[in-house]
This record gives sequence, structure tokens and C-alpha cells, in this order.
Amino acid sequence: MTLSIHSLIQVLLVLLLPPLLLGVINKTKAAFAGRNGPPVLQLYYDLGKLLRKGMVISTTTTAVFLMGPVVSLVTALVAAMLVPLGHHPALIAFPGDMILFAYLLALGRFFTVSAALDTGSPFEGMGAAREVTFAFLAEPALFLGFVALARISGSLSLSGMLAADPQFVHGAALGSMVLILAGWFVVLLAENCRIPFDDPNTHLELTMIHEVMVLDHSGPAFGMILYGAAVKLWALGALVVAVALPVGSGSQWLDWLVFLAAMLALAILIGIVESIMARLRLVSIPRLLVSASLLTAFAVVFLLG
Amino acid sequence: MSLSLVGIAIVLAACSGVPALFLSRRSAAGQRLAVVLLVTASVLGMLGAGLALAGPAEPAVVVRALAGVPQLTLGVDLLSALFLLPVFLLAACASVYGLAYWPQQQHRADGRRVGLFLGLLTAALGLLLIAQDGIAFLFGWEVMALAAFFLVTTEEREAEVRAAGWLYFASTHLCTLVLFAFFALLQASTGAVSLLPDAAAAAIAPAPANALFVLALVGFGLKAGIVPLHFWLPSAHASAPSHVSAMMSGVMIKMGVYGLVRTCALLPAPPPWQGQLLLAVGAVSAFVGVAFAIGQHDLKRLLAYHSIENIGIIFLGLGLAMAGRSAQRLDWIVLGLGGALLHVWNHALFKALLFLAAGATIQGAGTRAIDQMGGIARTMPLTAAAFLCGAVAICGLPPLNGLVSELLVYLGLFAAVGSGTGLLLAPVTLAPLVVPVLAMVGGMALLCFVKVFGAVYLGQPRHQRTARESEAPILIAMAVLACCCTVIGLLPMRIAPLFDGAIAAWSHAAALPLLGELAPLGAVSALGFALVAMVLGGLWWLRRRRPAGGVVVGTWDCGYIAPTPAMQYTASSFGQQFVSLLRWLLLPLVKAKHRDGLFPAAAAFHSHVPDVVLDRAVLPVLRGCAQACLWLKHLQGGRVNLYLLYVFLTLLVLLLLK
Repeated sequence: MTLSIHSLIQVLLVLLLPPLLLGVINKTKAAFAGRNGPPVLQLYYDLGKLLRKGMVISTTTTAVFLMGPVVSLVTALVAAMLVPLGHHPALIAFPGDMILFAYLLALGRFFTVSAALDTGSPFEGMGAAREVTFAFLAEPALFLGFVALARISGSLSLSGMLAADPQFVHGAALGSMVLILAGWFVVLLAENCRIPFDDPNTHLELTMIHEVMVLDHSGPAFGMILYGAAVKLWALGALVVAVALPVGSGSQWLDWLVFLAAMLALAILIGIVESIMARLRLVSIPRLLVSASLLTAFAVVFLLG
Repeated sequence: MSLSLVGIAIVLAACSGVPALFLSRRSAAGQRLAVVLLVTASVLGMLGAGLALAGPAEPAVVVRALAGVPQLTLGVDLLSALFLLPVFLLAACASVYGLAYWPQQQHRADGRRVGLFLGLLTAALGLLLIAQDGIAFLFGWEVMALAAFFLVTTEEREAEVRAAGWLYFASTHLCTLVLFAFFALLQASTGAVSLLPDAAAAAIAPAPANALFVLALVGFGLKAGIVPLHFWLPSAHASAPSHVSAMMSGVMIKMGVYGLVRTCALLPAPPPWQGQLLLAVGAVSAFVGVAFAIGQHDLKRLLAYHSIENIGIIFLGLGLAMAGRSAQRLDWIVLGLGGALLHVWNHALFKALLFLAAGATIQGAGTRAIDQMGGIARTMPLTAAAFLCGAVAICGLPPLNGLVSELLVYLGLFAAVGSGTGLLLAPVTLAPLVVPVLAMVGGMALLCFVKVFGAVYLGQPRHQRTARESEAPILIAMAVLACCCTVIGLLPMRIAPLFDGAIAAWSHAAALPLLGELAPLGAVSALGFALVAMVLGGLWWLRRRRPAGGVVVGTWDCGYIAPTPAMQYTASSFGQQFVSLLRWLLLPLVKAKHRDGLFPAAAAFHSHVPDVVLDRAVLPVLRGCAQACLWLKHLQGGRVNLYLLYVFLTLLVLLLLK
């Protein structure tokens, strides 16, 4: 771990920019719908407001209820620190950090779901059950992508896989990068509960996944959840962007600009997907996730020789 | 020194339950004495094992009790010491736990029996771990099997327990039978039944070596509970008292792993298919184990299925180490075997913790059915915290110990994938397939334990009975195990060096890299501490923002005005989507009455996930055998004159032959 100006930039970006992604997504959706939409900085205003508010806590709950928001935020932040941004090695990098990345997100999920069950509400239980069922189907796609990248780069850490300039750019590796990109984009949408998996703007508790799990959280706790969700979107988004841009520009500062532009483009792309697609029926979600796993499995097949 | 200490510990453990037999059924003195003896034995045993790990190797001792009796070779080497430590730790925890969970005054009929056989089980486990020849090993193995049988059938008045006991009894003897064949073949190929690798063992020809490997895989695999040989395991673990389940799941089934690890070290350099087979068995066991666990409604059966899953993860590590030996890759050996052995420890710790917490909870709630519990964290907060600790650990989540061993196995698999050799070549073909299976197993374990923790401890109570917090002995036993889980999780680099010696001895390779050099244990530790600090900081900040009293509200009910605890999501509904996704594997039995008409009558819904291997394969085959043997009854009709005829005919045949 070398501390430099670039590490500082990474920390600042991870702490400050994630809410902006959601602003861009919402602005894109508004543009498609012909509305003005909320300001790009709306989530920052919301967070500021929530931090100043009080909390309402159900009498049914135990200490686990408050652990949900805290653990999900902390794990998302630590996981985001493991992802290399714009060809700069991540702040924390060691062999096997991709496993920590996945398991940190899983720890966040464990406590978010436990906090939902802590309320004793059938609706929140419903969302919780869906969250963990779909998450287990998304894991193989993520890990098959890691397998393919480890095979391409010969490295066992995210920074080695994604930040080092690859000397490999031959046909098979490129083909499998494209497949990983497609598979991981689906994982990104599923893990962050975007359309077509979940509609963040729906008004019916029965059909929601993530939003219904956090129904009972309020004030600062809810703020932590919103911020944590944005950081998780950032972390997975940075992973997808790193696969999409396997070759750096050569200049470290230009790399930052390219990376930020790519993140912006990713947010716009998510906004477009959300505008032009409908939500899938819950029963067909597993099929899409299995297809994502198969895409990444083909990425591995390309590299068998 | 270490052998004498372990030997004294074994004798003391074997005798620990005896004094109570001469004391009154009504007094607690016998049980207390047994606990003191077993805890003393455990401390001595752990001391001995610790000395063996720390100090120089000691020569084995040959014991001959009587003239004419085969001699026994005993010794504590590094591998034995690694398995002895959890055996003695769990024995001490289980016996202390028993003071409050199975007190003599409340269990006059069977309290002394549990004490006696718990001691005997510990002694037998110790004996088979220090045995260095087949005779001593089989002796310890049989005493272990029988002691466990009497423990499983403690509540023999219940038909279900008797059935589980007989199933266990039959399968453990099948296991012993296979091991007899194994040792006979070993004797035939090497001229001795020594369990240590020597020149004779290194010279075994490929054909008998392969046969020995397969016999060991079946025999030891049956005890370890790999799929499809796991059919005895869920009912046996569910029927035993909880502290016995903890011993059985935590250390007894690990003896299968121990035997297989020993055998693998004994046999000459393995052909590639052996590692592949172990990887395949491990992946199938892990997946099937956790999938069936999600379908269970009985808390202890569910935990038992998770033992199958974890045995699968251990087999993955072992398979990778075997592949490493075939391919001469030292890093695969170190990461694979290191992961497997550390997971043996970890599973012993967190599974025992889970069984102990589950036992206390079951006692408090008065039922084993997950769907009838709920809200227990309010009345038993410390027990709930212990279960939560075990649940986070078993899911392999940071910052606890399950992560460390799973990380080692993952790293080994990734090293095999990234090694540059063509993936279609033998020893690593399965590695890229196994990684996503292991990831999926992690996700499924999370589903299962969130379900259990949520349904049992959180929400509102679904039952009328008010539970009380567990008593001190129960809490002490759980606290010891939870501390061990945390220490291994947060300071893995202090624990890893203990394993290096045993791995080096197993691999037959010189100059093996150290576990601490290959795995980023320091980074895991730092990340773990950072995580704990940030979570505690965040909780402190959030707790300060909590309302200072005043607002008393229930859960937001989405506008419905009269919610009841029965409307909560149950564990069955939580797992329903998963079970229906995997119905091709789980074959759930669902009984539902359709409701129709304007004024439908009361309806009922039952769902149940039975063991597919037991119900669809083992029992039908056995019934078929029984049918096929029916004609034999004509031979033995119970008429004396018929038997006289047999005797006469036999005599005639013998005379003619002569």
C-alpha cells in the first residue's frame, strides 16, 4: 500500500461521489419521461436532511435493527476501497482481495436482511427472502468473472487483474472480457436492485425487494442505508468500468478523467435501461441471473486452452 | 511428555463418568465430579497436544498389554495434535454445558449414562488420534462408534430416536466393515498395518494403492458424511442431546477427515484422478448439504445438514492438496491442506457453538420447530448473540474464523486456475467449476442462517411460552467457543504457523512454503480490526441519535390495522422460493388443501423436505434386499425335524467329501 496523492483522490471519490450516480440515473430517467426531474444533487440534499432528523424505532426490534444500516454502510465503504479506480491500484490490495470484496458485500446483506426480519413485518420478510434468494444466484457470475480475470492476468488481486496494463490483448482474452462485461452488468443491476430486477420507485410493498426491507428505518439510520446503497452501486460500477476499459491511457491524470467520464456514462446507461425496460416478473428473475452466470462461464471456456 | 499427558487425559476421560454410577441418581455430586474429571482431562490433553505442536517430535511408544494380544503403537505427531486440540476443547465445553442442559436431578434415568458415554467418547477419539497402527485405530474407532450410539439413543423412549439410533448403528458398522477391508488390504500390500508412511508404504503398487484410496474414501467418507453417504447423519445429530450433537458434528465426523488425510499421506504419489474425485465429492457435498439444510423445519436437522456442507468444503481443500501432489505444485498443497485443516478447527468451533446455542434455545422455547419460535432475542439476548456469532462464522463472513479457511481454499483454487497450465489437463480441470459452486454455497449458507436467525430470534414470538436466559454453565461454554472463533478470525497469522509442520509432514516435499507467506493473513487481520472498529463507531454514533424515549410505536404495518405475530414471514415462507427453484433436487413433499367457493373452509398447508438419498435410494434398496431374502424363510420354518434333516444332509455331504 503506497500512500500517494492518487490514494487520497481515491478515498475522496469513494466518499463523495457515489450519491451523484443516483442523481445522474434519475435525471436520465426524467429526460426520457419528458420531465425536468429532481436536481442531480438531490440525494445529497436528502442525506443532509435525514441526518438532522430524529428516528422512529419499532418496539418489536432489538439491537440487530440498528446494526443493519451501520454494517451495510461500513462493508460497502471497505469493499469500495478494494476496487481499483481508473488504472490506479486500489487503496487496499492483496492476493485474494476479490474474495473479501464479495464476502464484505455478503456481510452487509446478512445484517440488512436480519434488520428487516427484526421488525417482524411480513412485507419486510418478503423483501428479505427475495434479496438473499437472488443474491445466491448472482454469486456464480461474479466469481466466474474473477476466475476468467485471474486466468487472463495471472494475478490474484483486483488491482492486479484490473489496474495493471495487460500485455495480453489477444483475441480470446478480449472476447472473454466482453462476456464478463455483459455478465457483470447484469450482476450490477441485480445487486443494486435496479430495473429489471427491482423498481426503486415502485409504490407497492408487495413487489419490492430492497426498498421494502428498509421500510422501518428512518432518520440517520435511513440516511446510512441510502448512502451505503450508493457506495455499493459505485463499487460494483467501478468494477464494471474497469473491465470495460482494460487499457489505460498512459497518463495518470488522464486516467482519472477517463474513469469519471466512464462512471458517468455507466450511470446514464443504467438510466436508459430503466427507462426502456419494464420490471421482470419475480419468477423470471432467476432465469436472467442464470443467463448472466452462463455468459461468464463462456468467458472461462474461452480461456481453457 | 506430550504422549504421557495425552495418555493420562484419555484414561481420566474414560473414567470420568464412572464414579457417578456409584452415587445416588438424585444427587448432583456425580455429575459435578464427572465434569471436573473431564475438564481436567481436557486441559491435560490440550497441554499435551500443544507441547507436541510446539516442541520437537517424540518417538512413538509400543504398548503390549498382555502376551498374545497384538501390540499397539501410540504416538502424538503433528497431525494428531491438530485434531486432538478441538476434541478436548469441545469435550470440556460440552461437559460444562451439560451441567445446566442435562442436569442429573432432572434426568435421573439417563443423566449418568450421558456422563459416562461422553467421557468414553472423548477417550475413544483421543485413542484413535494417537494410534499409529491399524489395531489401535480400529479399537478406538469402535469404542467411539458405540459410545456415540448410546449417546444418540439417550431418549430411547421416543420411536424417532430409536429409528435414528438403529440407522446410525447400521451405517457406522458398514463403515467399520469397509475399514476392516482397508486394513486387510494394507496388511497384504505392505506387510504391516502401520498408519505412518514408510518405505513399504511408498512401494505399494498402483492397483492396490488405488483400491486402498477408494476403500478409505468410502469408509471414512461414510463417517464424515459426504454425499451420498450422509443418509445417517441428519437424524442422528438431531436426536442426540445438543451437547452430544456438538461433539458429534464438531469432532466425531472429523475422524473421517482425519483417516482420509492419514491415508492420503500414507499412499505413494497420487494419480491425478484422486484429487479430481475429492474435488467433485467436496463440491457435491457442499452444494447438496446446504440445499437440503434450507428445506428443513427442525433446527437441529438443519444444523446437521450444514455439517455435510462444511465437510464438503474440507474435502475441496484436501482434493486441491492431492492435485498439488500430483502436479508437484507446492502452493496448492499448502493452501489446500492448510484450508482443510483450519476448516476442521473452525467448523468444530462454530458448529459446536451453534449446536450449544440451539440446544439452549430449544430448551427455552420447548420445541425444535423453527416456525414455532420467534422473538427469542428479547428473552435470551446472550444466547442469541452466541448464535449470531456462530451464524456469521459459518457463512464465512468477515471478521470471524470461517472466512480464513474458506479464503485459503479459494486462494488455492484461484492459484490452480491462474497457474498457466492448460485447464483441460488432469489435476485442475475441475478448479474453475468448483470456484462458482463454492461461491454459490456461501450465498446459500447466508440465506439459510439469515432465515434461522431471523425466524428464531427476531420478530415477535409465535409461541406462548416465555423463555429465560440460559444459565451460567451454558453461557460459559458458548463464550469460550465464541472467543476462539473471534481470535482465529482476527489473528489468523498467529494461528497459521501451527499448521505448517503438519502440512510439511503430509506433503513428503522438502522446502515447502509457509502458510503465512502464501496467504494475506496480515491483511485479513487488519481489515477485520478496521471493520470491527468502524461498526462499533457507527453504532455508537447511531445510538446517540436514538429517540430519548417518548415515541412508542410498533412496526409499520403498511396500513393493515390488526397484524398478529402469526402473519410474520416464517422460515418456510422465507425459503419457499429457493426450495421451489431447486425442487428437482430437493423433491419437497407438499400437502395443501385448495380453498374455493365464496366461504372457504379452514385450510392447511404442510411442506417437508425429506432426505432424498435415504428415502429414494437406501431404504428402497434395503427393502428390495429384504424381499429377495424372503425365500430363505422356507429353509428355516421352525420345525425341529427339518433341522435334523439339515444336520443329517450336511453330515452326509461331509462324509462323502472325505
